[in-house]
Amino acid sequence: MTGAASDDPAFLYEHAPCGHLSTTPDGMIVRVNDTFLAWTGHARDDLVGRRRFVDLLPVGDRIFHETHYAPTLRMLGAAREIALEIVRADGRRMPVLVTSVLDRDDTGRPVGVRSAVFDVTERRRYEHEVLAAKRRAEASEARAVQLAQTLQQTLIPPTPPRIPGLDVAAAYRPAGDGRHVGGDFYDVFQVAVDDWVVVLGDVQGKGADAAVVTALARYTVRAASVDHHVPSEVLHTLDEVLRRADTDRFCTAVLVRLRRVAGAWRATVASGGHPLPLLRRPGGGARPVGGYGHVLGIVPAATFVDTEVVLGAGDALVLFTDGVTEGRRGTLLYGAERLAEVVDAHRGTAAATTDAILADVMAFQSDDARDDIAVVTVAVG
Amino acid sequence: MSATQRHHIRVSGVPGAQPVLFAHGFGCDQHMWRLVAPHFEDAYTVITFDHVGAGGSDPAAYDPARHGSLQGYADDVLAIVHELGLDDVVLVGHSVSAMIGVLAAVAEPDRFARLVLVGPSPRYLDDDGYVGGFTAADIAELLESLDSNYLGWSRAMAPVIMGNPDRPELAAELTESFCRADPDIARRFARVTFLSDNRADLAKVSVPTLVLQCSQDVIAPVVVGEYVRDEIPGAELVLLDATGHCPQLSAPEATTAAIAAFLRG
Repeated sequence: MTGAASDDPAFLYEHAPCGHLSTTPDGMIVRVNDTFLAWTGHARDDLVGRRRFVDLLPVGDRIFHETHYAPTLRMLGAAREIALEIVRADGRRMPVLVTSVLDRDDTGRPVGVRSAVFDVTERRRYEHEVLAAKRRAEASEARAVQLAQTLQQTLIPPTPPRIPGLDVAAAYRPAGDGRHVGGDFYDVFQVAVDDWVVVLGDVQGKGADAAVVTALARYTVRAASVDHHVPSEVLHTLDEVLRRADTDRFCTAVLVRLRRVAGAWRATVASGGHPLPLLRRPGGGARPVGGYGHVLGIVPAATFVDTEVVLGAGDALVLFTDGVTEGRRGTLLYGAERLAEVVDAHRGTAAATTDAILADVMAFQSDDARDDIAVVTVAVG
Repeated sequence: MSATQRHHIRVSGVPGAQPVLFAHGFGCDQHMWRLVAPHFEDAYTVITFDHVGAGGSDPAAYDPARHGSLQGYADDVLAIVHELGLDDVVLVGHSVSAMIGVLAAVAEPDRFARLVLVGPSPRYLDDDGYVGGFTAADIAELLESLDSNYLGWSRAMAPVIMGNPDRPELAAELTESFCRADPDIARRFARVTFLSDNRADLAKVSVPTLVLQCSQDVIAPVVVGEYVRDEIPGAELVLLDATGHCPQLSAPEATTAAIAAFLRG
């Protein structure tokens, strides 16, 4: 190539490293450069004055041209980086990016359109791969979320808990958007006639690993409750099982054994590192009941304390996880005091108390809880 | 949220006069009427709006079930008519909004005085002797074309068609939003638009109807416009000497004149 040729405007136009097209405002081709002809295999005489730009596009792209490209060009005077395909003379397609400007006369009337056309064969292939990868990732995430939600449902009882002679209500709310398996769990089950267990706990962490430990804890409590009649012994068993399990995760739990003796319900409460349940009696304020024990699954010689109370008419026990008391708004903590106030203020059914707690703690956090929340209320009607 | 907010409704012209409701088609938004609608402001109440998912509409109002059929979009139009308390309405619908207008006028004929259908097509797919102009493969290709241009990214990452900063007289809003839509909604709207079959609804239209047909339109060919005219009782067709699917942009004077003549007639 000579220096003279590379300075020649006609040469620069005809052999530019991109296609050039000029059309009338309604798209009739009036001028086209050699590069475009070489790329597409079309003869100049077949295009100029004979075909409109839209005629060079496959049908799907024609619709995009008419519904997006042409209106944008007309309204805004330019359309940039439009992804299209040009049908070549041999019928094969060439992926292109098109940038166009609309020329107007002094009165603002459109007089023509100039377009630059870039061959993007390699890039389009890459974009399709990226798009396919994105779709696979989205599908995979959707499956993972569904799996998490299914798993979550196995960690709490499938039906609302019921104990004949008692009024029981439970609430569970996973943290955030519910896309991950939380670590809170509860269970209510019968051991013998007039002999029930209520357990509520919190496995450290979340996700599939935590769910494995949650399932282990829940079934260990069920099995251990058959042979052990006081909650502290059940917690000892759970502690030992967790320490021997192949996991670094630990757990806290509160266990209540409920027995009806001579028509009166006796509740034996033990805690393994878990916030103590609140006992509310008619005419009195809610107060914690029970004694603290060690967190489960860490300490070699853990100790747990059994505390027995007799539940009379109108009494209620409220079990909760720290997702309630450690609910946050900015730097503010929800706190045990506020929880006790809500429990005192809603003395109707177990469901009324439970729902009031959940609603208040969610409102406190503007409906965006960072931790799981679980509440179980047992009331004597 | 009110229909006015959901659809970014703008009302101009003469308060209390006969309302002319302009409905935009697939791809862009109410700005499509910018060169036509203002000419009706001296004698009519002029209303423009964005379909949900387009322009300045509220994307949260998009409901895959409701907007999974053109009837859902027609219900949106009727919600606008009810909220603004409009009667004796002239509905000017472009492209897919022509059929949306047909469905609205069939559902509540007492509310509508006239229909203007710009580039209508009751069925884009060829079907057993009926010529719509497209095959199922063509529509699959359109969806691919949309993907190439929206790249399937999020709304915020879809700067497909940029405006021209050299034309400061255009509102910033126009350059930012025109022909840009939530990619997922655009894809669904494309399906609903190009796979619907509303041929059976045409005969139910009972209000005076004008079909505005471009002489060269790759989306709605003349034969389709003639089919619409023949199926709607008493409908008339005006053939515009215009190329493309958007005569309100490529031939705004002729489009305005044809609508005005029909409203006077």
